[in-house]
Order: sequence, then C-alpha cells, then structure tokens
Amino acid sequence: MDFGTIIDAAFSAAFGPQAIVFALAAIGLNVHFGYTGLLNFGQAGFMSIAAFGLAVTVVTWDLPFWLGIIVGMIAAVILALILGVPTLRLRADYLAIVTIATSEILRLVFGAVEFKDTFGGSNGLTGFVRPYQNLNPYGGGIDLGIVSFSRNDLWSITVGWSLVALCCLLVWAVMRSPWGRVLKSIREDEDAVRSLGKNVFAYKMQALVLGGLFGGLAGIFHILKQGSAVPTDFNTTFTFYAYAALLIGGAARVLGPVVGSMIFWFLIAGIGSFFSEATKGSSPVIPDWIMTSDQSSLIRLILLGLGLMLLMIFRPQGIFGDRREIAIDGR
Amino acid sequence: MAAELSDARAALAGVSNEPGAPKPDPIITGSNITRTFGGLKAVDVEKIEIQRGVITALIGPNGAGKTTLFNLLTGFDEPDSGQWAFNGTELGKVPAFKVARLGMVRTFQLTKVLAKLTVIENMRLGATGQRGEKFFSAIFKSLWSSQEDANTKRADDLLARFKLDAKREDFAGSLSGGQRKLLEMARALMVDPELIMLDEPMAGVNPALKQSLLGHVKSLRDEGRTVLFVEHDMDMVRDISDWVIVMAQGQIVAEGTPQSVMADQRVIDAYLGAHHDTDITEIDVEDLEAEADAELDAEEKKA
Amino acid sequence: MRLRLAALLAAALGTSLLLMPATAMAETTPTPTPTTGGAAPDKNPIVEGANITVTLKDLNAGKGEPKPVPGVSLTVFKDSATGEEQGTQVTDQTGRVSIGIPGNGKYVVVLDPKTLPDGVKLSGKGETTKTVQVKLASSNFVQFQIGAVVVEKASLGSKIIDGTRSGVISGLLIALAALGLSLIFGTTGLTNFAHGELITFGAIATYVFNRGFGLPVIAAGVLAVVASAAFGFLQDRGLWRPLRNRGTGLIAMMIVSIGLALFMRSIFQYGFGGSTKTLSEYVVQGRDSYGPIDLSHKEIAIVLVSVLTIAITCIAMMRTRLGKAMRAVSDNPALSASSGLRVDGVISAVWVLGTALTGLAGVLLAVQQQVNFQMGFNLLLLVFAGVTLGGLGTIWGALIGSLIIGLMVELGPVFGVPASIKEVGALAVLILILLVRPQGILGKAQRIG
Repeated sequence: MDFGTIIDAAFSAAFGPQAIVFALAAIGLNVHFGYTGLLNFGQAGFMSIAAFGLAVTVVTWDLPFWLGIIVGMIAAVILALILGVPTLRLRADYLAIVTIATSEILRLVFGAVEFKDTFGGSNGLTGFVRPYQNLNPYGGGIDLGIVSFSRNDLWSITVGWSLVALCCLLVWAVMRSPWGRVLKSIREDEDAVRSLGKNVFAYKMQALVLGGLFGGLAGIFHILKQGSAVPTDFNTTFTFYAYAALLIGGAARVLGPVVGSMIFWFLIAGIGSFFSEATKGSSPVIPDWIMTSDQSSLIRLILLGLGLMLLMIFRPQGIFGDRREIAIDGR
Repeated sequence: MAAELSDARAALAGVSNEPGAPKPDPIITGSNITRTFGGLKAVDVEKIEIQRGVITALIGPNGAGKTTLFNLLTGFDEPDSGQWAFNGTELGKVPAFKVARLGMVRTFQLTKVLAKLTVIENMRLGATGQRGEKFFSAIFKSLWSSQEDANTKRADDLLARFKLDAKREDFAGSLSGGQRKLLEMARALMVDPELIMLDEPMAGVNPALKQSLLGHVKSLRDEGRTVLFVEHDMDMVRDISDWVIVMAQGQIVAEGTPQSVMADQRVIDAYLGAHHDTDITEIDVEDLEAEADAELDAEEKKA
Repeated sequence: MRLRLAALLAAALGTSLLLMPATAMAETTPTPTPTTGGAAPDKNPIVEGANITVTLKDLNAGKGEPKPVPGVSLTVFKDSATGEEQGTQVTDQTGRVSIGIPGNGKYVVVLDPKTLPDGVKLSGKGETTKTVQVKLASSNFVQFQIGAVVVEKASLGSKIIDGTRSGVISGLLIALAALGLSLIFGTTGLTNFAHGELITFGAIATYVFNRGFGLPVIAAGVLAVVASAAFGFLQDRGLWRPLRNRGTGLIAMMIVSIGLALFMRSIFQYGFGGSTKTLSEYVVQGRDSYGPIDLSHKEIAIVLVSVLTIAITCIAMMRTRLGKAMRAVSDNPALSASSGLRVDGVISAVWVLGTALTGLAGVLLAVQQQVNFQMGFNLLLLVFAGVTLGGLGTIWGALIGSLIIGLMVELGPVFGVPASIKEVGALAVLILILLVRPQGILGKAQRIG
C-alpha cells in the first residue's frame, strides 16, 4: 500500500482537468435543474455537439480554430432551441426523455461508421488542438508532493479554472437579479409565475440556452484537454455523474457544482486508487478471492451509486446546502 | 371615489335578474363559452358580463364549472368554443401571461405561493416591467437596482397593509393557510390589476382572519378595482358582494343582487334545494348534484 | 450469378487479462506460424494469460447450424496494422485461433482473405481488419461479427420481412419491460431509471440458475422470473415504500433510482464480470422457413411466451379485482385510500407483477441474445421511448408504443437509417411524435386547474 500514490491521485483529480469538465457541465445543470427545475438528462448532448462543432470545423472542414469554438457554441444554442420549442410547454418528464434521447442520437451519429469521413467514426477526431497548446506558457510540469500535473495539464488547469470562475461569476450575477428570481419561481410553481404576467416559456428557454452553453463549454474544454473528440466520452452515464457532482455540492447554489465536482473526483480517484493499491502485487492487502484488481475498479462505482441514493434520501440539499431552500423536495 | 362606487352599484339596480344580463359598464363580456372534459360539459356559458368597479361573486355547487370558467377567462385553459373580451380586447387565444399583463390577475383555489422564496421575494416577483428580468440587463445590477428599490418600497407598503410585514424575511412555505391567501392577494396587487379574480379566498382560512380578509377584499373595490371571486362561504357572499352570478352544471342559472338571488326561486330550486338552511359546505356534493339533476330534468320536461 | 450465401461469424474474440508478469506472458506467446492457408492445424489451444481468441463460423445465412471455418490465416498487430506483429495463426478444425498478447492496449486483428475457403466471403463491407481495445476494466470476450456475408443482394421485400421479424421480437421484449415500467409508473409516479437493471437481473438470474446450478434453460428461466418478482417485492418494501412514507418527492426518488441503477449495474459487473456470456442451450439456432418468414424455434417460443404473457396481463388488468384496484390507485391514490383500498398492498402487488414482467423480458433476451451486465441499461432508453410514445402510464399505450419502437429500430435500416445506429430512427420518431401529440398515442390530454 502506497498512501502517497493514493493521496496524489485524489488531490490531482480534484484539481485536475477532469474535475473542471464536470464543474462546467454541472454549472449548466445547476442553471437547468437547480434554479429552473428543468430536467435536462442530455447534458452530454450539449457537450458532444459543441465538441464536434469545434473538431469538425477544424479537422474536417479545415477552418480556423477560433471559428471552430464559435461554431461549437452556436451548435449548443441551436440544440437548446430545438429541444426547447417542443418540450418546454409540456410536463417536466417529457424534457427528460427528449433530452436523453437526443444526446444518445448525437452520440450514435458522431460514432457511426457511415459518417466516418465527417466525424471520424468510433475513434473520433484528433488534430485540432495545436492552437490551444501553442498558447501554453509553461515550460514544464509540476510536482508538489500531494499533487502533480504534466505541462499540458497545468495549462488546462489554468484555462479551465479561469473559465469556471467566469461562469460562476455570471451565474452569481444573474441569479441575484430579478431574472434569477423568475427562474427560481418557475421551479417552484410555473402557474403562479404565469398568473403574474411573466412569459414562462421564454424564461425556460433562456435558462435552457444558458445552461446548454455551459455544457457546450464543458464539451469543448474536454476535447481540448485530452486532444481528441471521442463519441463514447459523451454517453448518458456522464450526465448522471454530473448530476451526482451537482447534488453533492448542493443544487441552486453558485459554488455547489464546483465544490461538488471536486469532491466527486477526489472520492472517485481516491477510492479507485485505494482499492487498486490494495489489490496490487503478488500478495495483495485484499486477497484475490475477495477482490481481483479488475473488480477493484468497480468499488468506486458501487459506492458512488450507494452514495447518490443516501445523499438524496438523507441530505438532498447537498453537503453545503440549506434544507429550507433546496430545489428538490427530499422529504 | 365613493361617488363612482355608488354609481356602479346604482347602475346594477336596473339590471334584470336573467342569466347573462347585459350590464351598463361591463369590464368582461363573453358569449358561447364551452369546455368539455371527456363527455362532460364542464362549462357551457351562453352569455356573461361582469360590471366594472364592483364586487361580483360567482357561486354554485362543486363541479358547477366556476374554476374552469376562471381558467378559461384567464388563459390557463383553452375552450372548445366561445369568445370573450376584457375591456374590449378579444382574449380568445391570448396566453395566460398576456392576460395578466392586460390587467386581469387571478389567484388560485390551492394557493400558489413560492414556498422556497421569502415573502418579500414573492412580492417583488409580482412587479411588472422589471428591467432586471431581461437577461442582459440582469447581469449588471446598476441597470435595475433603482427600480428594484422602488418595487421593494411598494411591496413593503402592501405587506404592511396586509399585516404581513412581520413575516417579510420568512420563507413563504412557513406561512399559515390564511397568510398564504393574503400573500397571494398582495402579490397579485403588485401587478396593479384592474380586475382581480379570487378563487375561493376564504377556503382554509381560520375564522379570526376571515373578517380582515373581507375587509381587504372590500378595500380593493374601494380603491377602484373590479373584483370577481368564487366562494362557497355564503356569509361572505352576502356580506361583501354587490352582484352574484349562480352557476350549476356549467351554466349560469341566475344573477342578481345578493338579496334577490337568495330569494330567487330558480336558485333555490336548482342549487340550494331542500338544504336551504344548511351551510352549503356541509352538503354532500353528490346528493346535491343528483338533486340538481332531477330538478333540471323536471324543468326540461315542463318546457 | 448465384453465389453460395455464406456468412462468417467471428464468434468469440476474447481477450482475457490476468495479472501476470510480462515475462511469463512472453513464454506463452506462440511463435508466428508462417503459413498461408491450406493446412489447418487440428487444435489451437487457448493461450494462457492475455490473449486474443477468434472463432470463425460460417452462419450459412442463418440456415442450419453454423459450421466452423478452418484454414484461415489471422494475424494480430499492436496499435495498428503496420505495428509490431504479435503472432499469426491458422484457424483449426473448430475455426479457432488464439494469439497471446503482452497486456493492455490497442490491437488490430487482420484476416487474410486469400486464405478463405472457396464460396465463403466476408460480409458487410468485407473488412478484413478489426481493432480491439484491451483495457483492464473491460478486458473481456468482445463479441464481434466479421460479418454475416450475404453475397447476393437481398430483395427489398425480404429485407422488410426480415426487419419486421426482428422488429416484432424486439418490440415484444421491449413491451414486456415497458409494461412493467408503466405499471410501476402508473401507480407510484416513479420514473425508474433502475428499470434496465431489472431486465439484467432476470437475465443474470437465468444464467446463474442455468450455468451455476446446471438447470435446463427453461427451468432456469422460470426460477429467474420468480426471483425477479421476489426482488421487486423486497425492493419496494426495503426502499421505495419507506421513501413514500417519508413523503419523498418524485424527482428525488427519480435521482435515487439513478443511484440504484449505478449501484446495481456495478454489482452485476463485480459478480458477473464484464464479458458477454451464453446460456448452455439454444445459443445458435438455424431458421426454418414458414412461408415467406424464416423463424428459429427459440424465436417462435419467445413470441408465444411474450404474447401470451402480455395478453394475460392486459386481460387481468381489465377484469380482476386486483387489476381494477391497480387502476384505481393509479387514477387517484388518496381517493382509493379513503375508499378503503389498501394502497400499499396494491403497490406491492404492482411491484411484484411489474418486476416479474421485466424479469421475463430479461430471461427471453438472454435466450434470444446473450447475457451481459449492461444489457438492460442498453435497452432502457428504448423501453422509456416505448412507454412515452404510447402515453405515460397507459397499459395499451406501452404495448403499442413498444411494438412501434421495435419495428422502427429494425426496419429503419431498410429505409435508409445507417445500420450501425439503427436506434436513432426510433428515437427521432419518438421526438417527432411528441411534437405532434405530446400526450402520446393513447394518452389523455391533461386537465389543468
């Protein structure tokens, strides 16, 4: 057992690029679900359409990088509009089913062999990341003992956490305003809001677009930090994990999704590393007949599932939330 | 103000007691409004007019279609047929939020306070034309803070008037049933409506609060607003309404001043039946409907 | 020119990774065999440790039992077809090669088409290479088809008939699960994201009774349905009923179900492993012709079992006291409770019935295809689609919606939906129908206020 490895893994994950992707996606879900009560189960779809918007523009069409970013973000907005028009007037569960179906459609289409020339098939697209990496001012990686990052990760962390900070600032600014008040009111009772002369549909649409933009940003950042756009990265499970991160930190709080993502990755990486260490070697700490090293990677998922259930049952406001003003009625 | 009021009431004196009788100065006019659920005709109103500047009560047994009519008039439900106008503006396919903006604001039978917002936030939400409710100006506080202050001032005045000022910072979810009714009414006033429609303002309110609620409803009329309310509490209807419309089985069966309606044989026949002296809320609804059915059948045969 | 209809099934490409030092691995890696087809070895034993195993079988276009294809040369490379060669073998009399690999990573399997026997052709796009990602977490028997080669182009008519056959079968399987979902949703309002795992539960239970206890598949299937029902009862008692009694909101319960789904799926993977496994009987059956339609015996059995079960369930819901009670609870739980119905008892019954139906879907799916820890999860979206399409909470709606979804999925490719993503057509139709008729095909418009 090497506890240094475990601690390094946990902290590096909590501050690393993957936690940033989750934080951005969860900030979007917070706007959707936490503040407005929209059940978007297709955040992975917003991510994938923006990610492939960038990748296709640069790789397939051979157009400039910055244009790719714009195309990606516009694609996310268009997706929000397309999803919103039919479903935002309907009951909440219809949005859930339509978003989840759309994100799967996108993932399947992006990964289809039939469209390999455009989207690169199941291996996805690579070779769009150079302009991003060229901006990297760092000379090398960093190792502080409890955390260590490569040169590329260090650059991604700088860009990523700055993005997260800007997004949080924006969310904070709009959620303290009368606009944010309307969203929170819609979450509570949309008929009441309607009876006071507010165009509920328009507000829901704005919230869907704003949250979708954060999702798109998450998708773009994801493919930039890893250098390739792979369709299977954007599956439904990702959306569920992002929900878990949001709920851990506390929905309808500005920093909830950020703190939640960090805790999520701290635990996932820490537990994963712990059991991997515990089953490693010829005479592992946990004997082979209880747990093989293959199985050890599953423990964190089992605990995650269990944790999400218990969290929702006993502390639906998340770790830092206030029970009286939580978005979800846990009890 | 007082002169206007007595004018409005006086004008009603000449109105006939027939269902759908024309009013001298109607704020709402409607005709042939129907709405069916499955095979059941929930609303079938041939003609309706509501007089401006007075308190009109809409009464009738459960299932008479009062709330459905409310929903139709305010755009919360779509009719199968019919047209109606508010201040001369046709409201056929107008969505609910636009109806409210025109100055016709409703409350709900089951109060819809926003439980996880504070009382004052509930009130602020009611204000119309807020610059801060537009996304891009919402980002910059300086663009909307002065308007927000003005709205808060108005909200505080209303809270004081409805004696909710002590609850200003409480979550609306912690209020009692009666306080929620008050808050909903106060919030509706933030829209500054010309016509306020109250769906059972007395339901679930404790007796101590009833008197003050009555006073508040009257004060709405006294400041020049038109009030239309649905109510089961006959004492309240008798006390404060200037005009009463009686619905049964989706139709308007009678109209008139409270005194004349209570004495109207058609109302007694079709609605109050043999239970005239009992409190209506205590009457078994099914019995009542069955009786009303029988009476109507009998009338049809006669006709 | 009529070529022999031939199909090749690469039945099992397995990579099993055990923790083993790389040096030990090197010893077990066989030296490349420099043959170019012709002489087929008698037996290629499965290499110990990490390996890639391919079994080539001639499906003969689905007619009769598949025959192994010996004498075909296959080579494994690391990373790409131009990468480091890991070994070459010629398929033995059972059509198998087994080539050792040093560990995790990307491998490319290349088939030499010149060594194929006469009349046997690769199908699909005729690809002779396959890429395999060997990862620790999914180091498993990856099933892949080098392809059912149909050299002669099938007519549109026969494509439609084939698509309809598969569509009806998968539609019926979806319908069984959808019926379960719809019953539970109708009475409790729970949008159960752990419903897919109930399908998997049925399938894995069948596998355990069949392979673990050595029971025949039919007996194992019956026991698995019983086990599913018991599991449903316990799940309701142990989890959902306490939550209902606490007054937990529907959205909170939905998120609990997401957690439960993740929990159960990981437990399945922990116990069952990541690989796809087969039952002991009825694995591959040839089809007989019945008029224009070709059906295998197990397909006939699956259709009969599911149609009968669905019919009995629907009739029971209409006729029996319990059925009426269920519908009453789903209409208005509070009113049912006040008129003397034991709501909790009815909900328990619904859970038992719902999970039994869903478990049966898993059993039949295991027979029709194979068993995998995430088979139910993969089907979940189509089940949701079926239920939503028909109208949330209506029984007949779930049935019709599921059949439409099943047919859309299987017939989509006939009408131009790319075959590798045939689910897309069904999901797109779902969204389009919701645009026109939000309450679903059989749902009622909601009364407001």
